[in-house]
Amino acid sequence: MSRPELDIDPALVADLLVRFLRAEAGKFGFERGVLGLSGGIDSAVSCALAARAFGPENVLAVMMPYRTSNPDSEGDARAVARATGVRSKLVDISKLVDGYLDQEGVEDRLRRGNVMARARMIVLYDHSAAEGSLVIGTSNKTEVLLGYSTQWGDAASALNPLGDLYKHQVFQLARHLDLPSGVIDKAPSADLFEGQSDEDDLGFTYDDADRILVRLVDQRWSAGELEADGFDPELVRKLMRRIVLNQYKRLPPIIAKLGNRTIGQDFRYLRSWGH
Amino acid sequence: MDCRVRLAQIDTHLGDISANLAVHLEHIDEALKDGIQLLVFPELSLTGYFLKDQTYEVALSADAEALTVLAERSKEISIVAGYVERKTDGRVYNAIALFEDGRIKHIHRKVHLVSYGMFEESRDLAAGEDFHTAFSKYGRIGFLTCEDAWHVDGAYLYFLDGVDAIVICSAGPGRGVTGTEGELSSNRTWRTLQDALALFFRSWILYCNRVGWEDGVVFGGHSRVVDPHGAPVDEQLGLDPATLDVSLSRAELDRARIQTPLRRDERPWIFAKALNDRLDTWVGQEEEE
Repeated sequence: MSRPELDIDPALVADLLVRFLRAEAGKFGFERGVLGLSGGIDSAVSCALAARAFGPENVLAVMMPYRTSNPDSEGDARAVARATGVRSKLVDISKLVDGYLDQEGVEDRLRRGNVMARARMIVLYDHSAAEGSLVIGTSNKTEVLLGYSTQWGDAASALNPLGDLYKHQVFQLARHLDLPSGVIDKAPSADLFEGQSDEDDLGFTYDDADRILVRLVDQRWSAGELEADGFDPELVRKLMRRIVLNQYKRLPPIIAKLGNRTIGQDFRYLRSWGH
Repeated sequence: MDCRVRLAQIDTHLGDISANLAVHLEHIDEALKDGIQLLVFPELSLTGYFLKDQTYEVALSADAEALTVLAERSKEISIVAGYVERKTDGRVYNAIALFEDGRIKHIHRKVHLVSYGMFEESRDLAAGEDFHTAFSKYGRIGFLTCEDAWHVDGAYLYFLDGVDAIVICSAGPGRGVTGTEGELSSNRTWRTLQDALALFFRSWILYCNRVGWEDGVVFGGHSRVVDPHGAPVDEQLGLDPATLDVSLSRAELDRARIQTPLRRDERPWIFAKALNDRLDTWVGQEEEE
């Protein structure tokens, strides 16, 4: 579906993101990447970009199912690994997760999902240490703005090539990168429990969200302007609330300022400092 | 102005002056071998761009070693480089220097600091107050530092001075991937600006931008030369470190100015009077509306 306000030139964007991964990793002496491959579209796109940037042999894609994960996801993930030529590995997180969930008797679905997401983060960072590689992120701009991710879980990475791309643009990129059609066409899902669907969870479609978000964030429209242009006022307000409510997930922890020069306030250096 | 010029579209190491100086010296050696007379580097080529608190740490006084080294090499070749300049009163500037005949012959201090969106130059840097034409031994040059080219005042004043070339040194981030095909929208915008400057002011327009990444921000490269007729010379560069050589000719400049004698026909006193009238009421006018 064509959306002029969102449509990208995918070849241009793919080239930039490959350069981004190479340059930002290379600056710190890294030439390899590790990422979690879920079978979904976001991690598939990150995987394809990393494969181009570092060479497929220098990318490790880790599939990390939990015992309740949809078995189809693993098949999709394998198809992505095959299509991109990266090395892949299966790490079942059931024991790691259940060890904690059973011990603490956690029943709540949100808490269980968060523990799974953070368990996967532990696995990825451990492999990045073992491989001498960087964790490549898979969170797109839509989910980062909406806070539809687990802090220090799937949201954790060293380099995130997708963080400035809305879901619509990730789809465009996926098609350009020739990813398996099964991965592109299925309904997006966090796959934390059986039958989960992003759009059911969120209560709106990615298409509706993206068209509003790009106006609110990139083009600085006001809520009033969106409503006057025919966008659902209820949804506009809901999205704005989510953006504000989830700002904490996008920033490092709050530090109490005591001295004259405080990290995060007036101790201002880029990561590129000295590189 | 008859001169063999090279634009050196380099990447920089953020805040590492000795590493950046080494890159400059390599380019100087190479350019000398190739018979280049004027070698141009981008904005803040000795320091990198998003300096934040490093601004004060990398600021160079007039007697700083890096500047002395470049001045010494300028006995063999004219060099344009960017750095943070520390003045004796403690203020620091985003500076472009022309090194020639063993000394700093000219300094342009960025007038239009950029402090919106992703930029916060005014927080750390003092703003230059003048557009003085540089008198190189090869001709008259008007220097603009990146955002200076987005305001028409500097280029117009250089036009009145009859400069041969306007040299834009830039650390311009590349951005904009919607509504564009084949290139970032920022590159398209820059090209339009360069073409417009050439058409309005009938000078050689030399655009030297940097490349590379700083914390996820790409510098857009695409360094380029436009002739005094408004036509691009050669291909523009891409996003990789590269050089672009061009022979600037006095004859071409003369032909363009005979064909379209905009400067001859300019009557700046009309503009000066109108400007003075407006300056008197500049603040009040806004309040009345």
